[in-house]
Amino acid sequence: MSDRTTADAEGLEARNLVRDYRIRHGMRGSTLHAVADVSFTIRPGRTIALVGESGSGKSTVARILARLEAVTSGSVLLDGVRAPVRGAALDAYRSRVQMVFQDPFSSLNPFHTILHHIERPLRIHHPRMSAAEARDRAHELLERVQLTPSSKFAERRPHELSGGQRQRVAIARALAPGATYIIADEPVSMLDVSIRLGVLNLLADLQRSDGLGVLYITHDLATARHFSDEILVMYRGEIVERGDADTVILDPQHAYTRTLLDAAADPDRLGQLREEVRRGG
Amino acid sequence: MTAQPVLTAHDVSIEYQVDPPVNAVQGVSLTLHRGEILGLAGESGCGKTTLAYGLNRLLKAPALQTSGEIVFHDAAGDIDVVGLSGDALRRYRWDKVSMVFQGSMNSLNPVMSVKAQLDDVFRTHRPGMGRAERAARSAELLGLVGVDPSRLTAFPHELSGGMRQRVMIAMALALDPKVMIMDEPTTALDVVVQRGIIREIMRLRERLGFAVIFITHDLPLLIEISDRIAVMLEGRIVELDDAERIYRTPQHAYTKRLLASFPSLRGDRGGFVRRRDDEEGASAS
Repeated sequence: MSDRTTADAEGLEARNLVRDYRIRHGMRGSTLHAVADVSFTIRPGRTIALVGESGSGKSTVARILARLEAVTSGSVLLDGVRAPVRGAALDAYRSRVQMVFQDPFSSLNPFHTILHHIERPLRIHHPRMSAAEARDRAHELLERVQLTPSSKFAERRPHELSGGQRQRVAIARALAPGATYIIADEPVSMLDVSIRLGVLNLLADLQRSDGLGVLYITHDLATARHFSDEILVMYRGEIVERGDADTVILDPQHAYTRTLLDAAADPDRLGQLREEVRRGG
Repeated sequence: MTAQPVLTAHDVSIEYQVDPPVNAVQGVSLTLHRGEILGLAGESGCGKTTLAYGLNRLLKAPALQTSGEIVFHDAAGDIDVVGLSGDALRRYRWDKVSMVFQGSMNSLNPVMSVKAQLDDVFRTHRPGMGRAERAARSAELLGLVGVDPSRLTAFPHELSGGMRQRVMIAMALALDPKVMIMDEPTTALDVVVQRGIIREIMRLRERLGFAVIFITHDLPLLIEISDRIAVMLEGRIVELDDAERIYRTPQHAYTKRLLASFPSLRGDRGGFVRRRDDEEGASAS
Protein backbone atom coordinates (compact mmCIF):
# COMPACT_ATOMS: atom_id res chain seq x y z
CA MET A 1 0.00 0.00 0.00
CA SER A 2 2.57 2.53 1.09
CA ASP A 3 4.41 2.94 -2.16
CA ARG A 4 6.90 5.75 -1.93
CA THR A 5 7.07 7.26 -5.38
CA THR A 6 9.63 10.02 -5.61
CA ALA A 7 11.73 11.75 -3.01
CA ASP A 8 10.70 15.24 -4.09
CA ALA A 9 7.03 14.45 -3.60
CA GLU A 10 7.04 16.60 -0.47
CA GLY A 11 3.53 17.86 0.11
CA LEU A 12 -0.01 16.87 0.90
CA GLU A 13 -1.57 15.64 -2.26
CA ALA A 14 -5.19 15.03 -3.14
CA ARG A 15 -5.21 12.73 -6.14
CA ASN A 16 -8.42 12.27 -8.14
CA LEU A 17 -10.64 12.47 -5.10
CA VAL A 18 -14.20 11.30 -5.60
CA ARG A 19 -16.87 11.18 -2.95
CA ASP A 20 -20.40 10.05 -3.77
CA TYR A 21 -23.37 10.08 -1.46
CA ARG A 22 -26.41 7.89 -1.89
CA ILE A 23 -29.63 9.82 -1.59
CA ARG A 24 -32.87 8.01 -1.01
CA HIS A 25 -36.17 9.14 -2.43
CA GLY A 26 -38.56 6.69 -0.83
CA MET A 27 -37.83 3.36 -2.50
CA ARG A 28 -35.64 4.85 -5.20
CA GLY A 29 -32.19 6.21 -4.81
CA SER A 30 -29.81 8.45 -6.64
CA THR A 31 -26.19 9.42 -6.36
CA LEU A 32 -24.87 12.83 -5.42
CA HIS A 33 -21.34 13.50 -6.57
CA ALA A 34 -20.20 15.69 -3.68
CA VAL A 35 -16.61 15.63 -4.88
CA ALA A 36 -15.89 14.66 -8.47
CA ASP A 37 -12.27 14.10 -9.42
CA VAL A 38 -10.45 16.74 -7.42
CA SER A 39 -6.67 16.90 -7.47
CA PHE A 40 -4.20 19.35 -5.99
CA THR A 41 -1.03 19.41 -3.91
CA ILE A 42 -0.33 21.58 -0.89
CA ARG A 43 3.37 22.30 -0.68
CA PRO A 44 5.14 23.29 2.55
CA GLY A 45 5.07 27.04 3.02
CA ARG A 46 2.28 27.54 0.51
CA THR A 47 -1.38 28.38 0.93
CA ILE A 48 -4.08 27.12 -1.37
CA ALA A 49 -7.52 28.69 -1.12
CA LEU A 50 -10.51 26.55 -1.95
CA VAL A 51 -13.46 28.80 -2.70
CA GLY A 52 -17.05 28.02 -3.56
CA GLU A 53 -20.57 28.19 -2.25
CA SER A 54 -22.09 25.92 0.33
CA GLY A 55 -22.77 22.54 -1.20
CA SER A 56 -19.89 22.87 -3.63
CA GLY A 57 -18.01 20.09 -1.82
CA LYS A 58 -15.21 22.14 -0.34
CA SER A 59 -15.79 20.99 3.23
CA THR A 60 -15.99 17.39 2.06
CA VAL A 61 -12.54 17.79 0.55
CA ALA A 62 -11.30 19.17 3.88
CA ARG A 63 -12.79 16.27 5.79
CA ILE A 64 -11.25 13.76 3.38
CA LEU A 65 -7.81 15.32 3.86
CA ALA A 66 -8.26 15.19 7.64
CA ARG A 67 -9.33 11.54 7.29
CA LEU A 68 -12.70 12.30 8.83
CA GLU A 69 -14.44 11.13 5.71
CA ALA A 70 -13.79 8.14 3.45
CA VAL A 71 -13.29 8.48 -0.28
CA THR A 72 -15.28 6.68 -2.93
CA SER A 73 -12.16 6.62 -5.07
CA GLY A 74 -8.90 8.50 -5.34
CA SER A 75 -6.26 8.91 -2.69
CA VAL A 76 -4.57 11.26 -0.29
CA LEU A 77 -0.79 11.18 -0.25
CA LEU A 78 1.49 12.71 2.34
CA ASP A 79 5.01 13.16 0.97
CA GLY A 80 4.18 10.61 -1.69
CA VAL A 81 2.94 8.02 0.81
CA ARG A 82 -0.69 7.00 0.77
CA ALA A 83 -2.47 8.28 3.87
CA PRO A 84 -3.48 5.52 6.27
CA VAL A 85 -7.06 4.98 7.35
CA ARG A 86 -6.67 3.47 10.81
CA GLY A 87 -4.43 2.59 13.69
CA ALA A 88 -1.12 4.01 14.79
CA ALA A 89 -0.31 5.02 11.23
CA LEU A 90 -3.39 7.23 11.15
CA ASP A 91 -2.32 8.81 14.45
CA ALA A 92 1.04 9.59 12.94
CA TYR A 93 -0.64 11.07 9.87
CA ARG A 94 -2.89 13.22 12.04
CA SER A 95 0.06 14.51 14.02
CA ARG A 96 1.15 16.12 10.73
CA VAL A 97 -2.21 17.10 9.24
CA GLN A 98 -4.58 19.03 11.47
CA MET A 99 -7.80 20.89 11.04
CA VAL A 100 -9.10 24.23 12.29
CA PHE A 101 -12.87 24.24 12.29
CA GLN A 102 -15.26 27.03 11.44
CA ASP A 103 -17.04 27.46 14.73
CA PRO A 104 -14.76 28.21 17.70
CA PHE A 105 -17.83 28.27 19.93
CA SER A 106 -18.48 24.55 19.46
CA SER A 107 -15.02 23.19 18.65
CA LEU A 108 -13.69 23.69 22.18
CA ASN A 109 -14.93 21.70 25.14
CA PRO A 110 -16.65 24.07 27.59
CA PHE A 111 -15.75 21.77 30.48
CA HIS A 112 -11.97 21.94 30.05
CA THR A 113 -9.42 24.67 30.56
CA ILE A 114 -7.53 26.20 27.67
CA LEU A 115 -4.34 24.55 28.92
CA HIS A 116 -6.03 21.14 28.79
CA HIS A 117 -7.02 21.72 25.16
CA ILE A 118 -3.38 22.19 24.21
CA GLU A 119 -1.81 19.67 26.57
CA ARG A 120 -4.01 16.79 25.54
CA PRO A 121 -2.93 16.59 21.88
CA LEU A 122 0.68 17.03 23.08
CA ARG A 123 0.38 14.07 25.46
CA ILE A 124 -1.49 11.92 22.94
CA HIS A 125 0.94 12.47 20.12
CA HIS A 126 4.05 12.52 22.29
CA PRO A 127 3.43 9.81 24.90
CA ARG A 128 6.92 10.10 26.35
CA MET A 129 6.61 13.78 27.08
CA SER A 130 6.61 14.54 30.79
CA ALA A 131 3.84 16.54 32.42
CA ALA A 132 6.16 19.48 33.01
CA GLU A 133 7.36 19.42 29.41
CA ALA A 134 3.83 19.31 28.09
CA ARG A 135 2.89 22.24 30.27
CA ASP A 136 5.86 24.29 29.11
CA ARG A 137 5.20 23.47 25.50
CA ALA A 138 1.51 24.37 25.87
CA HIS A 139 2.40 27.75 27.31
CA GLU A 140 4.85 28.25 24.48
CA LEU A 141 2.13 27.49 21.93
CA LEU A 142 -0.27 29.92 23.57
CA GLU A 143 2.38 32.60 23.32
CA ARG A 144 2.91 31.74 19.68
CA VAL A 145 -0.73 32.39 18.86
CA GLN A 146 -0.40 35.69 20.69
CA LEU A 147 -2.45 34.74 23.72
CA THR A 148 -0.01 36.58 25.94
CA PRO A 149 0.85 36.29 28.71
CA SER A 150 -0.04 32.62 28.44
CA SER A 151 -0.49 32.36 32.22
CA LYS A 152 -3.45 34.70 31.92
CA PHE A 153 -5.24 32.34 29.53
CA ALA A 154 -4.08 28.86 30.52
CA GLU A 155 -6.48 28.28 33.39
CA ARG A 156 -9.49 29.92 31.77
CA ARG A 157 -12.33 28.06 30.13
CA PRO A 158 -13.57 28.65 26.59
CA HIS A 159 -16.60 30.73 27.64
CA GLU A 160 -14.27 33.30 29.17
CA LEU A 161 -12.64 33.98 25.80
CA SER A 162 -13.84 35.95 22.80
CA GLY A 163 -14.42 34.29 19.45
CA GLY A 164 -11.08 35.47 18.10
CA GLN A 165 -9.22 34.24 21.16
CA ARG A 166 -10.96 30.88 20.91
CA GLN A 167 -9.97 30.54 17.29
CA ARG A 168 -6.37 31.23 18.33
CA VAL A 169 -6.68 28.40 20.84
CA ALA A 170 -7.98 26.20 18.03
CA ILE A 171 -4.91 27.08 15.96
CA ALA A 172 -2.57 26.35 18.88
CA ARG A 173 -4.37 23.05 19.38
CA ALA A 174 -3.86 22.19 15.72
CA LEU A 175 -0.16 23.00 15.96
CA ALA A 176 0.34 21.05 19.20
CA PRO A 177 0.84 17.58 17.69
CA GLY A 178 3.53 19.05 15.43
CA ALA A 179 1.34 19.60 12.39
CA THR A 180 2.99 20.74 9.20
CA TYR A 181 -0.26 20.95 7.23
CA ILE A 182 -3.29 22.90 8.42
CA ILE A 183 -6.73 22.51 6.90
CA ALA A 184 -8.63 25.65 7.88
CA ASP A 185 -12.31 25.36 7.05
CA GLU A 186 -13.81 28.88 7.06
CA PRO A 187 -11.63 29.77 10.07
CA VAL A 188 -12.82 33.36 10.39
CA SER A 189 -16.35 33.44 9.00
CA MET A 190 -17.89 33.24 12.48
CA LEU A 191 -15.71 36.01 13.88
CA ASP A 192 -16.40 39.72 14.08
CA VAL A 193 -15.07 41.55 11.07
CA SER A 194 -12.50 43.68 12.85
CA ILE A 195 -10.71 40.65 14.31
CA ARG A 196 -10.80 38.46 11.20
CA LEU A 197 -7.67 39.90 9.68
CA GLY A 198 -5.80 39.46 12.95
CA VAL A 199 -6.48 35.72 12.95
CA LEU A 200 -5.65 35.38 9.25
CA ASN A 201 -2.45 37.35 9.72
CA LEU A 202 -1.53 35.03 12.58
CA LEU A 203 -2.02 32.01 10.33
CA ALA A 204 0.06 33.67 7.63
CA ASP A 205 2.82 34.46 10.14
CA LEU A 206 2.94 30.93 11.48
CA GLN A 207 2.90 29.61 7.98
CA ARG A 208 5.91 31.68 7.02
CA SER A 209 7.94 31.01 10.13
CA ASP A 210 7.19 27.26 10.28
CA GLY A 211 6.84 26.54 6.59
CA LEU A 212 3.32 25.24 7.08
CA GLY A 213 1.22 24.11 4.16
CA VAL A 214 -2.26 25.57 4.47
CA LEU A 215 -5.54 24.78 2.77
CA TYR A 216 -7.74 27.82 3.34
CA ILE A 217 -11.38 27.07 2.68
CA THR A 218 -13.56 30.12 2.31
CA HIS A 219 -16.32 31.79 0.39
CA ASP A 220 -14.64 35.17 0.76
CA LEU A 221 -12.78 35.91 -2.44
CA ALA A 222 -11.02 38.99 -1.13
CA THR A 223 -9.22 37.20 1.71
CA ALA A 224 -8.63 34.20 -0.56
CA ARG A 225 -6.77 36.50 -2.91
CA HIS A 226 -4.69 38.17 -0.23
CA PHE A 227 -3.84 35.17 1.89
CA SER A 228 -3.09 32.49 -0.62
CA ASP A 229 -0.74 31.70 -3.44
CA GLU A 230 -3.16 29.70 -5.47
CA ILE A 231 -6.96 29.68 -5.71
CA LEU A 232 -9.11 26.71 -6.63
CA VAL A 233 -12.73 27.51 -7.49
CA MET A 234 -15.05 24.65 -6.73
CA TYR A 235 -18.53 24.25 -8.16
CA ARG A 236 -20.75 21.20 -7.74
CA GLY A 237 -17.91 18.96 -6.70
CA GLU A 238 -15.54 19.97 -9.45
CA ILE A 239 -12.69 22.42 -9.62
CA VAL A 240 -13.75 24.69 -12.46
CA GLU A 241 -10.86 27.10 -12.30
CA ARG A 242 -7.44 27.15 -10.68
CA GLY A 243 -4.44 29.36 -10.83
CA ASP A 244 -2.35 32.05 -9.24
CA ALA A 245 -4.45 34.02 -6.73
CA ASP A 246 -4.24 37.36 -8.51
CA THR A 247 -4.87 35.86 -11.92
CA VAL A 248 -8.04 34.06 -10.85
CA ILE A 249 -9.49 37.18 -9.24
CA LEU A 250 -8.36 39.79 -11.75
CA ASP A 251 -8.70 37.72 -14.91
CA PRO A 252 -11.32 35.03 -14.30
CA GLN A 253 -11.85 32.56 -17.13
CA HIS A 254 -14.73 30.39 -16.04
CA ALA A 255 -18.31 31.74 -16.04
CA TYR A 256 -18.90 30.56 -12.49
CA THR A 257 -15.83 32.39 -11.18
CA ARG A 258 -17.21 35.54 -12.77
CA THR A 259 -20.61 34.97 -11.15
CA LEU A 260 -18.91 34.60 -7.78
CA LEU A 261 -16.87 37.74 -8.33
CA ASP A 262 -19.89 39.76 -9.41
CA ALA A 263 -21.74 38.65 -6.30
CA ALA A 264 -18.98 39.78 -3.94
CA ALA A 265 -19.56 43.18 -2.39
CA ASP A 266 -17.24 45.79 -3.81
CA PRO A 267 -17.41 49.31 -2.39
CA ASP A 268 -15.86 50.65 -5.57
CA ARG A 269 -19.14 49.89 -7.31
CA LEU A 270 -20.83 52.41 -5.04
CA GLY A 271 -24.30 53.32 -6.28
CA GLN A 272 -23.97 51.13 -9.37
CA LEU A 273 -26.60 48.61 -8.36
CA ARG A 274 -29.07 51.42 -7.70
CA GLU A 275 -28.51 52.80 -11.18
CA GLU A 276 -28.81 49.37 -12.75
CA VAL A 277 -32.09 48.73 -10.98
CA ARG A 278 -33.42 52.15 -12.01
CA ARG A 279 -32.64 51.39 -15.61
CA GLY A 280 -34.70 48.25 -15.16
CA GLY A 281 -31.90 45.73 -14.76
CA MET B 1 -35.00 63.76 -4.31
CA THR B 2 -36.43 65.93 -1.57
CA ALA B 3 -35.40 64.58 1.75
CA GLN B 4 -38.62 64.14 3.65
CA PRO B 5 -38.25 62.39 6.98
CA VAL B 6 -40.33 59.31 7.61
CA LEU B 7 -38.90 58.13 10.93
CA THR B 8 -37.04 60.24 13.43
CA ALA B 9 -35.31 59.04 16.54
CA HIS B 10 -34.01 61.57 19.01
CA ASP B 11 -31.64 60.82 21.88
CA VAL B 12 -32.80 57.21 22.25
CA SER B 13 -31.24 55.22 25.08
CA ILE B 14 -31.99 51.60 25.77
CA GLU B 15 -30.83 49.73 28.81
CA TYR B 16 -30.83 46.06 29.69
CA GLN B 17 -31.89 46.10 33.31
CA VAL B 18 -29.71 43.33 34.55
CA ASP B 19 -27.08 43.46 37.22
CA PRO B 20 -25.00 45.45 36.40
CA PRO B 21 -27.19 47.32 33.86
CA VAL B 22 -26.02 47.32 30.25
CA ASN B 23 -26.40 50.56 28.32
CA ALA B 24 -26.93 48.93 24.94
CA VAL B 25 -27.98 52.08 23.11
CA GLN B 26 -26.86 55.49 24.30
CA GLY B 27 -28.34 58.75 23.07
CA VAL B 28 -28.84 57.73 19.45
CA SER B 29 -30.44 60.23 17.10
CA LEU B 30 -31.12 59.53 13.47
CA THR B 31 -33.50 60.52 10.72
CA LEU B 32 -34.69 58.14 8.05
CA HIS B 33 -35.89 59.80 4.86
CA ARG B 34 -38.61 58.57 2.57
CA GLY B 35 -37.40 55.91 0.19
CA GLU B 36 -33.79 55.92 1.31
CA ILE B 37 -31.58 53.04 2.31
CA LEU B 38 -29.86 53.81 5.56
CA GLY B 39 -27.10 51.37 6.41
CA LEU B 40 -26.44 50.64 10.05
CA ALA B 41 -22.98 49.15 10.42
CA GLY B 42 -21.38 47.71 13.51
CA GLU B 43 -20.06 44.55 15.06
CA SER B 44 -21.77 42.14 17.40
CA GLY B 45 -22.69 43.70 20.67
CA CYS B 46 -22.70 47.28 19.39
CA GLY B 47 -26.44 47.66 19.94
CA LYS B 48 -27.63 47.73 16.36
CA THR B 49 -30.26 45.03 16.75
CA THR B 50 -31.41 46.50 20.08
CA LEU B 51 -31.87 49.85 18.37
CA ALA B 52 -33.87 48.23 15.57
CA TYR B 53 -36.10 46.53 18.10
CA GLY B 54 -36.56 49.86 19.86
CA LEU B 55 -37.65 51.58 16.64
CA ASN B 56 -40.25 48.87 16.16
CA ARG B 57 -41.28 48.78 19.84
CA LEU B 58 -40.31 45.15 20.10
CA LEU B 59 -38.18 45.44 23.22
CA LYS B 60 -38.92 42.90 25.91
CA ALA B 61 -37.83 42.99 29.52
CA PRO B 62 -35.12 43.28 30.73
CA ALA B 63 -34.59 45.73 27.84
CA LEU B 64 -36.14 49.13 28.45
CA GLN B 65 -36.06 52.38 26.55
CA THR B 66 -34.97 54.79 29.22
CA SER B 67 -35.07 58.01 27.25
CA GLY B 68 -35.62 59.60 23.89
CA GLU B 69 -38.42 59.97 21.41
CA ILE B 70 -39.25 58.14 18.22
CA VAL B 71 -41.63 59.79 15.77
CA PHE B 72 -43.12 58.21 12.67
CA HIS B 73 -44.19 60.80 10.12
CA ASP B 74 -47.37 59.36 8.69
CA ALA B 75 -49.43 60.93 5.93
CA ALA B 76 -52.21 61.44 8.48
CA GLY B 77 -49.89 63.13 10.98
CA ASP B 78 -47.02 62.30 13.26
CA ILE B 79 -47.17 59.21 15.45
CA ASP B 80 -45.40 59.21 18.79
CA VAL B 81 -44.05 55.66 18.71
CA VAL B 82 -42.92 55.56 22.33
CA GLY B 83 -46.38 56.44 23.61
CA LEU B 84 -48.21 53.77 21.60
CA SER B 85 -50.06 50.96 23.30
CA GLY B 86 -52.79 48.43 22.65
CA ASP B 87 -54.56 48.72 19.30
CA ALA B 88 -52.63 51.81 18.26
CA LEU B 89 -49.36 49.90 18.69
CA ARG B 90 -50.74 46.98 16.73
CA ARG B 91 -51.69 49.33 13.90
CA TYR B 92 -48.17 50.76 13.90
CA ARG B 93 -46.20 47.54 13.89
CA TRP B 94 -45.92 45.77 10.56
CA ASP B 95 -48.37 48.24 9.02
CA LYS B 96 -46.04 51.23 9.16
CA VAL B 97 -42.74 49.62 10.01
CA SER B 98 -42.03 45.97 9.25
CA MET B 99 -38.99 43.93 9.95
CA VAL B 100 -36.98 41.17 8.38
CA PHE B 101 -35.36 39.47 11.33
CA GLN B 102 -31.86 38.20 11.77
CA GLY B 103 -31.65 34.52 10.97
CA SER B 104 -35.04 34.86 9.41
CA MET B 105 -34.36 31.72 7.45
CA ASN B 106 -35.47 30.04 10.61
CA SER B 107 -38.19 32.44 11.65
CA LEU B 108 -40.95 30.95 9.53
CA ASN B 109 -43.26 28.63 11.40
CA PRO B 110 -42.23 25.10 10.35
CA VAL B 111 -45.70 23.59 10.75
CA MET B 112 -47.62 26.22 8.76
CA SER B 113 -47.68 26.56 5.00
CA VAL B 114 -46.44 29.80 3.46
CA LYS B 115 -50.01 30.58 2.51
CA ALA B 116 -51.31 30.21 6.05
CA GLN B 117 -48.54 32.44 7.38
CA LEU B 118 -49.22 35.20 4.90
CA ASP B 119 -52.94 34.79 5.55
CA ASP B 120 -52.26 35.32 9.21
CA VAL B 121 -50.84 38.77 8.52
CA PHE B 122 -53.95 39.82 6.63
CA ARG B 123 -56.46 38.33 9.04
CA THR B 124 -54.79 40.17 11.90
CA HIS B 125 -54.20 43.51 10.25
CA ARG B 126 -56.82 43.64 7.48
CA PRO B 127 -59.90 41.95 8.95
CA GLY B 128 -62.02 43.37 6.15
CA MET B 129 -60.31 41.34 3.44
CA GLY B 130 -62.15 38.35 2.03
CA ARG B 131 -60.64 34.92 1.54
CA ALA B 132 -60.22 35.29 -2.23
CA GLU B 133 -58.70 38.73 -1.83
CA ARG B 134 -56.19 37.42 0.71
CA ALA B 135 -55.21 34.54 -1.55
CA ALA B 136 -54.78 36.87 -4.52
CA ARG B 137 -52.66 39.29 -2.53
CA SER B 138 -50.49 36.46 -1.15
CA ALA B 139 -49.85 35.18 -4.66
CA GLU B 140 -49.05 38.69 -5.83
CA LEU B 141 -46.55 39.15 -3.00
CA LEU B 142 -44.70 35.95 -3.81
CA GLY B 143 -44.53 37.05 -7.42
CA LEU B 144 -43.06 40.37 -6.29
CA VAL B 145 -40.17 38.73 -4.49
CA GLY B 146 -39.47 36.30 -7.29
CA VAL B 147 -40.97 33.13 -5.87
CA ASP B 148 -43.39 31.19 -8.02
CA PRO B 149 -46.91 31.67 -6.57
CA SER B 150 -47.45 27.92 -6.89
CA ARG B 151 -45.15 27.59 -3.86
CA LEU B 152 -47.82 29.14 -1.63
CA THR B 153 -48.85 25.73 -0.36
CA ALA B 154 -45.26 24.76 0.46
CA PHE B 155 -43.98 24.39 3.99
CA PRO B 156 -40.74 26.15 4.97
CA HIS B 157 -38.66 22.98 4.91
CA GLU B 158 -39.56 22.49 1.26
CA LEU B 159 -37.96 25.80 0.33
CA SER B 160 -34.29 26.67 -0.05
CA GLY B 161 -32.70 29.22 2.25
CA GLY B 162 -32.88 31.93 -0.37
CA MET B 163 -36.55 31.23 -1.05
CA ARG B 164 -37.38 31.32 2.66
CA GLN B 165 -35.67 34.66 2.89
CA ARG B 166 -37.73 35.91 -0.05
CA VAL B 167 -40.90 34.71 1.66
CA MET B 168 -39.86 36.64 4.77
CA ILE B 169 -39.44 39.75 2.65
CA ALA B 170 -42.87 39.14 1.08
CA MET B 171 -44.35 39.00 4.58
CA ALA B 172 -42.64 42.24 5.50
CA LEU B 173 -44.04 43.84 2.33
CA ALA B 174 -47.55 42.50 2.89
CA LEU B 175 -49.09 45.62 4.39
CA ASP B 176 -47.22 48.05 2.19
CA PRO B 177 -45.15 49.60 5.01
CA LYS B 178 -43.28 52.85 4.64
CA VAL B 179 -40.25 51.52 6.46
CA MET B 180 -38.62 48.10 6.44
CA ILE B 181 -35.97 47.25 8.98
CA MET B 182 -33.71 44.49 7.75
CA ASP B 183 -31.48 42.95 10.38
CA GLU B 184 -28.68 40.99 8.69
CA PRO B 185 -31.17 39.75 6.08
CA THR B 186 -28.65 37.87 3.96
CA THR B 187 -25.79 37.01 6.28
CA ALA B 188 -26.52 33.29 6.41
CA LEU B 189 -26.90 32.98 2.65
CA ASP B 190 -24.45 32.17 -0.09
CA VAL B 191 -22.98 35.15 -1.88
CA VAL B 192 -24.68 34.49 -5.19
CA VAL B 193 -28.09 34.05 -3.54
CA GLN B 194 -27.40 37.06 -1.35
CA ARG B 195 -26.74 39.15 -4.44
CA GLY B 196 -30.07 38.13 -5.98
CA ILE B 197 -31.95 39.12 -2.85
CA ILE B 198 -30.19 42.46 -2.47
CA ARG B 199 -31.02 43.24 -6.08
CA GLU B 200 -34.65 42.29 -5.39
CA ILE B 201 -34.78 44.60 -2.38
CA MET B 202 -33.35 47.48 -4.41
CA ARG B 203 -35.81 46.83 -7.23
CA LEU B 204 -38.79 46.69 -4.89
CA ARG B 205 -37.72 49.88 -3.22
CA GLU B 206 -37.64 51.69 -6.56
CA ARG B 207 -41.09 50.37 -7.30
CA LEU B 208 -42.82 50.68 -3.95
CA GLY B 209 -40.85 53.55 -2.44
CA PHE B 210 -40.35 52.25 1.09
CA ALA B 211 -37.35 53.26 3.16
CA VAL B 212 -34.94 50.63 4.45
CA ILE B 213 -32.79 50.46 7.54
CA PHE B 214 -30.26 47.82 6.54
CA ILE B 215 -28.32 46.38 9.45
CA THR B 216 -25.14 44.41 8.86
CA HIS B 217 -21.46 44.21 9.71
CA ASP B 218 -20.66 43.95 6.02
CA LEU B 219 -19.49 47.49 5.36
CA PRO B 220 -18.46 46.98 1.71
CA LEU B 221 -21.98 45.78 0.96
CA LEU B 222 -23.51 48.78 2.72
CA ILE B 223 -21.27 51.18 0.82
CA GLU B 224 -22.42 49.60 -2.39
CA ILE B 225 -26.15 49.82 -1.75
CA SER B 226 -26.88 52.52 0.86
CA ASP B 227 -27.63 56.19 0.46
CA ARG B 228 -26.31 56.98 3.92
CA ILE B 229 -24.50 54.93 6.52
CA ALA B 230 -24.47 55.14 10.31
CA VAL B 231 -21.56 53.45 12.05
CA MET B 232 -22.33 52.19 15.51
CA LEU B 233 -19.88 51.41 18.29
CA GLU B 234 -20.69 50.53 21.88
CA GLY B 235 -24.24 51.83 21.73
CA ARG B 236 -23.48 55.10 20.00
CA ILE B 237 -23.53 56.27 16.43
CA VAL B 238 -19.97 57.45 15.94
CA GLU B 239 -20.33 58.53 12.34
CA LEU B 240 -23.28 59.17 10.04
CA ASP B 241 -22.77 60.35 6.50
CA ASP B 242 -23.31 59.67 2.80
CA ALA B 243 -22.13 56.24 1.74
CA GLU B 244 -19.58 57.79 -0.55
CA ARG B 245 -18.09 60.03 2.13
CA ILE B 246 -17.95 57.13 4.61
CA TYR B 247 -16.00 55.21 1.99
CA ARG B 248 -13.71 57.90 0.65
CA THR B 249 -13.18 60.17 3.65
CA PRO B 250 -14.08 58.37 6.88
CA GLN B 251 -13.65 60.60 9.91
CA HIS B 252 -13.90 58.39 12.96
CA ALA B 253 -11.06 56.03 13.86
CA TYR B 254 -13.48 53.13 14.23
CA THR B 255 -14.94 53.66 10.76
CA LYS B 256 -11.42 53.59 9.39
CA ARG B 257 -10.64 50.43 11.29
CA LEU B 258 -13.81 48.76 10.07
CA LEU B 259 -13.02 49.73 6.48
CA ALA B 260 -9.49 48.40 6.85
CA SER B 261 -10.89 45.06 8.02
CA PHE B 262 -12.08 44.31 4.52
CA PRO B 263 -9.28 43.65 2.09
CA SER B 264 -9.99 45.03 -1.34
CA LEU B 265 -11.12 42.44 -3.85
CA ARG B 266 -9.57 43.91 -6.95
CA GLY B 267 -7.44 46.77 -5.66
CA ASP B 268 -4.07 47.02 -3.96
CA ARG B 269 -3.02 44.71 -1.21
CA GLY B 270 -2.69 47.60 1.19
CA GLY B 271 -0.99 46.96 4.49
CA PHE B 272 -1.14 43.22 4.44
CA VAL B 273 1.29 41.20 6.40
CA ARG B 274 1.57 38.58 3.73
CA ARG B 275 4.51 39.51 1.57
CA ARG B 276 4.90 38.33 -1.96
CA ASP B 277 8.70 38.37 -1.87
CA ASP B 278 8.71 35.38 0.47
CA GLU B 279 6.81 33.36 -2.04
CA GLU B 280 9.26 34.08 -4.78
CA GLY B 281 11.87 32.31 -2.68
CA ALA B 282 9.52 29.42 -1.96
CA SER B 283 8.60 28.84 -5.58
CA ALA B 284 12.20 29.09 -6.75
CA SER B 285 13.41 26.38 -4.39
